[in-house]
Amino acid sequence: MFKKIIILVFFTCFACFNTVFAAESGGMPQLNPEFWISQIFWLIITFGVLFIVLTKVILPKISDNLETRKSQILENIETADKQKEESQKKIDEYEKIILDSKIKAKNYFNEAREKILEDINKKRNALEKDLDEEISSVENELSEFRNKSGEKINKIAAETSAELIKELIGEEVNSSSIAAIVEDQAKLNKERKDVV
Amino acid sequence: MYQFNVYRIGPEIKLGSVDISFTNASLFMVISSLAILIIFNLGAKKKTLIPDKLQLLSELSYTFVAKMISDTAGSNAKPYFSFIFSLFMFVLFCNMFGMIPYAFTVTSHIIVTFVLAAFIFIGVTIIGFMKHGLGYLKLFVPSGVPMVLLPLIVVIEIISYLSRPISLSVRLFANMMAGHTMMKVFGGFVISLGIVGGWLPLSFSVALTGLEILVAFLQAYVFAILTCIYLNDALNLHH
Repeated sequence: MFKKIIILVFFTCFACFNTVFAAESGGMPQLNPEFWISQIFWLIITFGVLFIVLTKVILPKISDNLETRKSQILENIETADKQKEESQKKIDEYEKIILDSKIKAKNYFNEAREKILEDINKKRNALEKDLDEEISSVENELSEFRNKSGEKINKIAAETSAELIKELIGEEVNSSSIAAIVEDQAKLNKERKDVV
Repeated sequence: MYQFNVYRIGPEIKLGSVDISFTNASLFMVISSLAILIIFNLGAKKKTLIPDKLQLLSELSYTFVAKMISDTAGSNAKPYFSFIFSLFMFVLFCNMFGMIPYAFTVTSHIIVTFVLAAFIFIGVTIIGFMKHGLGYLKLFVPSGVPMVLLPLIVVIEIISYLSRPISLSVRLFANMMAGHTMMKVFGGFVISLGIVGGWLPLSFSVALTGLEILVAFLQAYVFAILTCIYLNDALNLHH
């Protein structure tokens, strides 16, 4: 069955070829020289006209157009570059201004701080001086007082001990000897205190 | 093969004893040239910074051909730009107009392509001799070839040089003719196989149409680029 179909198709193809080419007689028309000269003639005319018109009129226009476009684009790119440069400059300027002002602000701040610190230091120094003076005067007073107090105590002790002895034995004792004893005792006390 | 027939349109024109009547081939040459001129004129007329469609088309073609020339033949070939541009456009438009049903394909005739190729060949040879004098003959003597092989190589080089117009013209003509013939054959199959079996050749025919459009562009490109290469040989002699 399959073989039959293939054979049938083959034969129809063959028949078709025969019918297609049976109508074509006389070979290739290309090799018929009847109209060769005419074709050459018209080819030269048409191609010549085409060539001349293209060369003289159309192609210069196209190339001009291309050139102008190229130059215009280049120009535009140039101006764009220029503008970019300018804007870069402006940005730089702006940044510089900002930096300057920042530095200025910092300087102001530092100055103010230094001023304040100086002020504070001055005041503190003055205060400390005052304080020191007061402390030293107080200390002086104290030490004076302390120095004086020993003698006074001894004196008081001698007087009281003299009175006590007078009360106890009813006799006047030589005050200078009592003072000497009190002094000795005070010295002893002091020594003991030191040892402790 | 009916589509390749050339027939007279209008009265018979005779120049002396030579028949230069206006034929369907001439008609399509005129149509192609006019189409090129109209499209590119419209494209070149407006000079806007941002091109519209036609302007873009013409400028793209311009830069395409310019790049093709500078890539293959260097900056020396700039004076020949307009010739190669018109050649490329003429062949391209003739090929493309041939793709319209019932249209005549100018480039499917050997005589047309041969005249173009012969013109290029002669022109390139003249340019070569004008530029390098007799030194242009060095083209046939490649450097670095052993002396023993030299006679053979020179003969081969000369033959290949002389066969350039033939290969150039036959390539274009054969491609166009073969493509159109193939489409014709498949179209014939569609008719003879009828509604039952005609779908397969029909789909082939559709696919072939796309292929032929590609070939139409490609052959025009090949034609132009080979011209550039020949020009390169003539301008920058370095073998």
